[in-house]
Amino acid sequence: MKELEMKLPREIDHRSAEKWTKILRKKIAEEHPKRLILDFAEVTMMDSSGIGLILGRYKQMKELGGEIIVKNTSRQVDCVLRLSGLYQIIRKWERRNAS
Amino acid sequence: MNMEMEMQFLLTPENESFARVCAAAFAARLDPTMEEIADIKTALSEAISNAYLHAYGEKSGLLILRAGLCERTLIYEIEDRGIGIRSIEEAMQPFFTTSKNAARSGMGFTLMQAFMDEVEVISEPEKGTKVILRKVISH
Repeated sequence: MKELEMKLPREIDHRSAEKWTKILRKKIAEEHPKRLILDFAEVTMMDSSGIGLILGRYKQMKELGGEIIVKNTSRQVDCVLRLSGLYQIIRKWERRNAS
Repeated sequence: MNMEMEMQFLLTPENESFARVCAAAFAARLDPTMEEIADIKTALSEAISNAYLHAYGEKSGLLILRAGLCERTLIYEIEDRGIGIRSIEEAMQPFFTTSKNAARSGMGFTLMQAFMDEVEVISEPEKGTKVILRKVISH
């Protein structure tokens, strides 16, 4: 399966979300992945603009018959994704051998 | 409650993140956890973005940030001199937005409530809006 993995920036606010919307939209359009993996390892803060960012990419991926997976999310990012209902349409990769 | 700190700044990209950092730095004296810092920055980001996106229309405007504390409760005030909020009750509903931009989720106040202990909004049409955020920092 063709995967596209992207590392998101340290802080996601309405400024950086706008920039990353353009970056991701272009990359998805060029590569047509079946799975978009968003890596939150470096994200220390995400406000509600992250919801718009991901929802927009979800629609784009759906048109390609693909899915979105998030990984390395903090408790704070999890909270934003849960409250917005995004966890009903995207999946989270849990670390397999978490102790 | 006396506020201990007040800053005024123009809503520009650099100043928005600068104000978040100032708010987080103010909290440092209570020795918050990384998670508590993330909560504060996110809530402040929502309040500041609201002012930028809604208060002044297309123009840039002034924002006032105040901070204070009472024992282990942090208090932040984020105040603009913009158009005000027509209905605070409506604005606080999850997924409510006046924006036609699809990127706006309408979850700003909901997230402020999720990450802080108390959210208060005072607004007057054509005068401006003040958001007061309170958070208790654990020991």
